[in-house]
Amino acid sequence: MTHGSTHAHEAHRTSMGVDSRKMAFWAFIGSECLLFGSLIATYLVYKGRSLVGPYPHEILNIPFTSFSTFDLLMSSLAMVLALAAVQRGDMKRGKLWLLITALLGLVFLGGQFWEFSHFVHEGLGLTTNLFGSTFYVLTGTHGAHVTVGVIWLLTLWIQALRGKLGPGNALTVEITGLYWHFVDVVWIVIFTVVYLIQ
Amino acid sequence: MKRWLTTTDHKRIGLLYFWTAFGFFLIGGLEALIIRAQLVRPDGGLGVSAETFNQLFTMHGTTMVFLALMPLSAAFFNFIIPLQIGARDVAFPRLNAFSYWVFLLGGLFLNASFIAGPLFGADRLSVAPDAGWFGYANLTSRQFSPGPNVDFWLLGLQILGIASLAAGFNFVVTILNMRAPGMRMLRLPVFTWMTLVTQFLVITAFPVITVALVLLMFDRFFGTHFFLPSGGGDPILWQHLFWMFGHPEVYILILPAMGIVSEVLPTFSKKPLFGYTVVVYSGVVIAFLGWSVWSHHMFSTGLGPIADSVFAGTTMLIAIPTGVKIFNWIATLWGGQIRFTTSLLFAVGFIAMFIIGGLSGVTHASAPSDLQQTDTYYVVAHIHYVLFGGTILGLFAGIYYWWPKMTGRLLSESLGKVHFWLTLIGMNLAFFPMHFSGLLGMPRRIYTYSADLGVARFNQLSTVGAFLIGIATLIFFWNLLRTRWRPANAPANPWDGATLEWAIPSPPPVYNFTVIPTVTSRLPLWQTERHPPMTPLPDRPPAPIHVPGGSWWPMITAFGLPIIAIGALAHLIPIVLAGAGVVIVGIYRWAYEPFEM
Amino acid sequence: MSEQAHATTGTYLRVALILVMITLIEVGVFYVPAFQGVLVPVLLVLSAVKFALVVMFYMHLKFDNRFFTFLFGGPLLLALAVIVSLLFIFYGTVRLRTGT
Repeated sequence: MTHGSTHAHEAHRTSMGVDSRKMAFWAFIGSECLLFGSLIATYLVYKGRSLVGPYPHEILNIPFTSFSTFDLLMSSLAMVLALAAVQRGDMKRGKLWLLITALLGLVFLGGQFWEFSHFVHEGLGLTTNLFGSTFYVLTGTHGAHVTVGVIWLLTLWIQALRGKLGPGNALTVEITGLYWHFVDVVWIVIFTVVYLIQ
Repeated sequence: MKRWLTTTDHKRIGLLYFWTAFGFFLIGGLEALIIRAQLVRPDGGLGVSAETFNQLFTMHGTTMVFLALMPLSAAFFNFIIPLQIGARDVAFPRLNAFSYWVFLLGGLFLNASFIAGPLFGADRLSVAPDAGWFGYANLTSRQFSPGPNVDFWLLGLQILGIASLAAGFNFVVTILNMRAPGMRMLRLPVFTWMTLVTQFLVITAFPVITVALVLLMFDRFFGTHFFLPSGGGDPILWQHLFWMFGHPEVYILILPAMGIVSEVLPTFSKKPLFGYTVVVYSGVVIAFLGWSVWSHHMFSTGLGPIADSVFAGTTMLIAIPTGVKIFNWIATLWGGQIRFTTSLLFAVGFIAMFIIGGLSGVTHASAPSDLQQTDTYYVVAHIHYVLFGGTILGLFAGIYYWWPKMTGRLLSESLGKVHFWLTLIGMNLAFFPMHFSGLLGMPRRIYTYSADLGVARFNQLSTVGAFLIGIATLIFFWNLLRTRWRPANAPANPWDGATLEWAIPSPPPVYNFTVIPTVTSRLPLWQTERHPPMTPLPDRPPAPIHVPGGSWWPMITAFGLPIIAIGALAHLIPIVLAGAGVVIVGIYRWAYEPFEM
Repeated sequence: MSEQAHATTGTYLRVALILVMITLIEVGVFYVPAFQGVLVPVLLVLSAVKFALVVMFYMHLKFDNRFFTFLFGGPLLLALAVIVSLLFIFYGTVRLRTGT
């Protein structure tokens, strides 16, 4: 066991010396790499093949998206601080950082909602052209992942408020963190591939 | 009844997988027989319409790949893997139950399309998927397929993908993390190794088909143009995404059978597998190369000389590790004390038939010759030699081998031998002439052909062969059924096998091992040069063993998925939301349910 | 004993600072006309550095069991190969089609 926590699973010896849930989650993240990889490949293959506008350079708002990127990076920082606090047994800080992570996630989602509605207003719908279709499906899939993450974080936060989340659940928080950081790194790629390289 | 619905026991789930998949195998076989009866003579032997014929071959392919072969392998993963590695269950028993229920419901959803016609104001037998098992764009577009046929297909495959992915994560972790003490990676039985490799293919390849199906769904439901040239999309992208999944999928289908054969041959030759390490590494190399060959399905799309050469080269490379395995299997038999049981006959049949299928595969690898073969019955011959001659014969070998372990009852060897010979003769009669009809120019997927083509005699032979396979399968079914009302007669180790599943009673008790064994060799039950056989396990557990109880939530969560799919099919958002609600509630109850392992 | 011994709050804050600075550089590079020629490789490298930092430090891959690196890195390389080969195939054929 990698964690010195007093956990009911202590009795179980695993062949690789790591927790099964954590291993399964890393395998899941590996699988997600191919999900996003295929979506990004589709976006890139169809780049510059739209038959009508609006085209990426006419509509993408770099300063605004830079702020969203900053927001998501900060949420990752909040997430590691939450995990560190929970592992120390400092549930007061743990709760606070979990909530901040979730709120930063909500800010990102709000930004994405604003961005999407702004684009639709500018004339870029899902079916307008290939850029619209690939853009909305790729960033929308990412947004759906952020949404799941926010719900997950809020669930943990509520558990913590009710006193049902302690250092014994550090592994749960760690796995939530793995998910959250993965969603963050996917955005790092999307920010570069979709927004900056036009 | 409740104990089966809520079970999280890998052995029960394995049996559920087996019977469900076998049921779908019979349905898929029936579809094949109708196809063959229609093609028995020029201009149609049964009066099947073109529309019905399209549904039959689409559902035959889809059913056999996703509802019969994959889950029959899964039946063995479930039942045998924890026993072979010395574990009490899989790593995530409830996730395992979830996989099964999702598979069952996805399969029922797909097959419901046969009778759902009246719900859509159409006849029966008119809304089943009809665009082929690889659903090429733009046959699948709303313009050319306005009905719900392709919707059934894409939603059904999405559901089945979830089952496969969940099982994939589960078995990767189980095999890596649940091994008994001393069971090092290079002591794992080859079947377990090939399962591990297969699951890595599942968790990497299924996301790609998921994306392809999501894009197709957007095209059909929301009016995007991912695969539609009218909006700048490229139908070829579908082919790339499909075959990036589809070729690893071929290895997902064959590697478990290769693993089974690698267990059966040593047992019945009384010799360790020749070149164990090489066989294992060859499996890994096959899987790795399996990811780099997908475009050989697409030579006729005009990839250009560079891509053609690269993919021809990688495809030919795969023949090397495959050939290595074949030589190792033959060398295992060489000089052994061979017992010609039904299981061994099927395993040897596998080697012979898979060589034929592998060789015709190498002929597709060469792009110029492939252009002559694409979309002809030659390709149909190839796929059936590898998937029937390979996978199904391998699975039959496994069934005869492990049935006593799974049920405590031996299958009849005399019926088994009739089954084997009829199957072998039938399949060669059915599929070998297809090489000729294909090269003479008979396209696949046509519901009639003209007498002028000169393929009538070949088709007649194919039909006779197909019905022989049908009779053989009925005999096999009878052989399975009759064990149900016979007393348990199987000893713990009826074949004198060497691996851990034979160290415990048949059928195993719910906790599998009274004491988790400590493994010191690759063949724990055999006397080898350096290792004595392991000491028998005690008859009774020295201390009470905790066995986790069942759970309703995997099944209930699984039910949410077909509800979502039905809502999407009927374009009713409230039903979609209701299904999503079931999934969310199910996941929460599941996560916070007390379930001690 | 475990990975927690290796990463401290200070490390996390330093990594965050580097991540923000790289993002600022990325946006800066995007707006400077002089960089247009090398924009794509520079941005890809910077983004890869950010990616690696988050994975190594925030997801603890640097300190955790090596096997996790394989479980994540294998599929990641596969995904990269998928993207690169599809780009090669599609842009390769487009050039051939338009070239003849």
